[in-house]
Amino acid sequence: MTNPTDPAAPVVEMRGISITFPGVKALDGVDFRLFPGEVHSLMGENGAGKSTLIKALTGVYGIDAGTITLGGEQVSFSGPAQAQASGISTVYQEVNLLPNLSVAENIMLGREPRRFGSVDWRAMRRRAAELLAGLNLDLDPGSLLGDHSLAVQQLIAIARAIDVQAKVLILDEPTSSLDADEVAELFRVIRSLKEQGVAILFVSHFLDQVYEICDRLTVLRNGKLVGEYLVEELLRIDLVQKMIGKELTVLDDLEQRARSVSIDESDAATFVQATKLGRRGAMHPADLPIAAGEVVGFAGLLGSGRTEFARLLGGIDRADSGELSIGGRSTRLRTPRQALSHRIAFSSENRRDEGIVGDLTVRDNIVLALQADRGWARPIPKKRQDELTQSYIQTLNIRPANPDALVRNLSGGNQQKVLLARWLAIAPRLLILDEPTRGIDIGAKAEIQKLVFNLAENGMSVLFISAELEEVLRLSHRIVVLRDRHIVADLENDGLTVDSLLALIADGSGDDPEAPDAAGGPLLAAAVPTTPATPAPAATSAPTTPSDPTTTDPTGDPR
Amino acid sequence: MSALLARLIANRLFWPIVMLLVLFTINLIAFPGFFTVTLRDGHLFGSLVDILRNGAPTLIIAVGMTLVIATRGIDLSVGAVAAISGAVACSIMLGSPEPGNPATVAVAITVALLISLVLGAWNGFLVAVLGIQPIIATLILMTAGRGMAMLITEGQILTVNSPPFKALGSGFWFGVPIAVIIAAVVFAAAALITRRTALGMFIESVGINPEASRQAGVRARGLLFVVYTFSAFCAAIAGLILTANTAAADANNTGLFIELDAILAVVIGGTSLAGGRYTLAGTLVGALVIQTLVTTVYTVGIPPIATMVFKAAVVTVVCLLQSPTTAEALTGFRRRLSIRAGKGVAAS
Repeated sequence: MTNPTDPAAPVVEMRGISITFPGVKALDGVDFRLFPGEVHSLMGENGAGKSTLIKALTGVYGIDAGTITLGGEQVSFSGPAQAQASGISTVYQEVNLLPNLSVAENIMLGREPRRFGSVDWRAMRRRAAELLAGLNLDLDPGSLLGDHSLAVQQLIAIARAIDVQAKVLILDEPTSSLDADEVAELFRVIRSLKEQGVAILFVSHFLDQVYEICDRLTVLRNGKLVGEYLVEELLRIDLVQKMIGKELTVLDDLEQRARSVSIDESDAATFVQATKLGRRGAMHPADLPIAAGEVVGFAGLLGSGRTEFARLLGGIDRADSGELSIGGRSTRLRTPRQALSHRIAFSSENRRDEGIVGDLTVRDNIVLALQADRGWARPIPKKRQDELTQSYIQTLNIRPANPDALVRNLSGGNQQKVLLARWLAIAPRLLILDEPTRGIDIGAKAEIQKLVFNLAENGMSVLFISAELEEVLRLSHRIVVLRDRHIVADLENDGLTVDSLLALIADGSGDDPEAPDAAGGPLLAAAVPTTPATPAPAATSAPTTPSDPTTTDPTGDPR
Repeated sequence: MSALLARLIANRLFWPIVMLLVLFTINLIAFPGFFTVTLRDGHLFGSLVDILRNGAPTLIIAVGMTLVIATRGIDLSVGAVAAISGAVACSIMLGSPEPGNPATVAVAITVALLISLVLGAWNGFLVAVLGIQPIIATLILMTAGRGMAMLITEGQILTVNSPPFKALGSGFWFGVPIAVIIAAVVFAAAALITRRTALGMFIESVGINPEASRQAGVRARGLLFVVYTFSAFCAAIAGLILTANTAAADANNTGLFIELDAILAVVIGGTSLAGGRYTLAGTLVGALVIQTLVTTVYTVGIPPIATMVFKAAVVTVVCLLQSPTTAEALTGFRRRLSIRAGKGVAAS
């Protein structure tokens, strides 16, 4: 047991919490406890009730039944400010800070030290500097927040959260937009807070991160408590089964098929051919052919050029050098609109800002690209819209199955499916999927992977980008490895393993996949699991054990 | 029953319509003949007809403004465009030997409307191509436009004696004021064109998430051109009606502050200034609320010096009723009430 303090004295204890929304029982008699000095993970699929429970704890939602005690006293918060004053601080997935103010101002905003009625700037900077130093962050408190990377902003948000003598710190998906070494930095801060006795509630979709940093976890499913477990006593496979409540065989099946079917280059026509295609500051000129019906996977770290290159192919950004030929004809893509007219669809990794149109309905979101292609004057008849929407809701299993629901109210996985439906509706010949499975639950993930596979079997080309190498390996016929905005390898997916890919990503020597030590230790290990599906508290060790990649399935699926 | 009521209240047209009914009631108490509409000399007469006729210019401008606001924009230049169109039309008619000739009037109106298209395209160019913030981009024409109107009228108030032109403002057609007919046509055309084609969806989509719309292939740039041009076109129509009403083009005062009334009408109608979903029906109600307010001031006999304060108070109330914060507080209040009631039942 890693919980250092007396387990009999939880700092937070929630008992029998129930919350009902119109038509939905979001939480149903859930118990939850949090001990000082522990990192506790709340696990469950999208819609399991994780965020509802957090919002009940932080006073955003009122509870319909149950009790909440904080430090032994029963509390009832009327809002987040009150919860914060009582020592419960929350850092949300999206950094809610002000980029145009300084780091110090952001940390102290709303509780600036005062002197003679005006802000005491010197004290403010001193206090901010102390807090940053407490987190071992070497930052100038006077610098503008917007000048720092997202990861640093996240850490600054944490500095802000712990300034209010936090007893409980809630981190909601803090790592979803960070790359590996930024995650390592965040974990260092979490560990030091834990030593100071702060109780930390850590919510993440990344199982590896949960197993690396957490001591204990609570699993929810459909608004009900499944159980509370010590991380080191719960096998990953058991956790996944508790979360989804059924066994996953889909993925197994897929893998077998993907490996057995491989595209024969000779008879597949090249659909897209990039020649020395590049853009200054984003991607060095590179060549890439994509055959019809081929799934090409991009492997590389954040910033390796994987997204940047894909954006050039999808017409999102304009290439400033090189050539692109589509279906044998040389073409210049200036806008996404042109790419779409060539039946090339790009699905952005940034679902919220570049994907969904939140205040429009599911139906409008699905027909948007098709309608844009037809032009405004030729509206798709209402009946046809309904047919389209219904058929995609069914085939992609979109929930709720209501064409008139606003997309903003859907869970992340369902939003992703709506987006996929939008691109599929234009019958693309090349579908570029940038991180289509990020931040969505395992069930939806499996469905999307299966869909990609079926599409390719029907002759659609797919460019698949994912930070999870297992996923890339599972789906791709061919894998292109990128590093530092260069393509460093372009390989048939034949006998490749996570380790050999890691070696390529790390040092790019395509002819020497047996150099895994160069993979850079904690940096890559945090991003890519290389240890088998057992609890891995020491996942920061270098990936030195070349293991069978099939056992590193992120779902923890055993074979 | 209470579920039905809750759904009614949740409808974004609920509070504006309630407001309108309240204003009607106040008028009815102060002036029992408020709802009476009579036919005199083949023309409709009555307070309601006056409200519709006097509110027509604001409504026409508000229709264009609704679409602009739906794209996350705003058009401050509509008052100035109205003044320019009035000035252009009047100076053309004055320059011709026969200002009363219908052909002259037709030429004057056509030229004024064409010039408004150019002005709207200029706004569209600044916003869509140069990427200037709409409030700044249209502020340019808001100030410069009055100057242009002044140059056209050479600093004079142009009074024109042209019966066909005057009919635009005060004439009747089959008993209905021509201004009202024009407003109805503009309103219906805008509603049909945006809702029967995909234009409305594109406008909302661009207003909600411009980048996602671009990546889905929506031509946002062309769309912005269209809505700003349409807004200026609406402003020019309104300007012609206003000018015809007084039979004089006044560069300084035609359509003064009408942009504010139009924006208010849109907001009262429930379209958010943050862009996105829009409702033309709401805008119609909003414009009626504003015009009824003005009428109320006269029927109730509020001293003219207090008019602006009265108007501000009513607008404040409408905005408060519509604000999400108030809605939340009301829901919370109702919820507590029902929980308390539920507990009382359980305890007994």
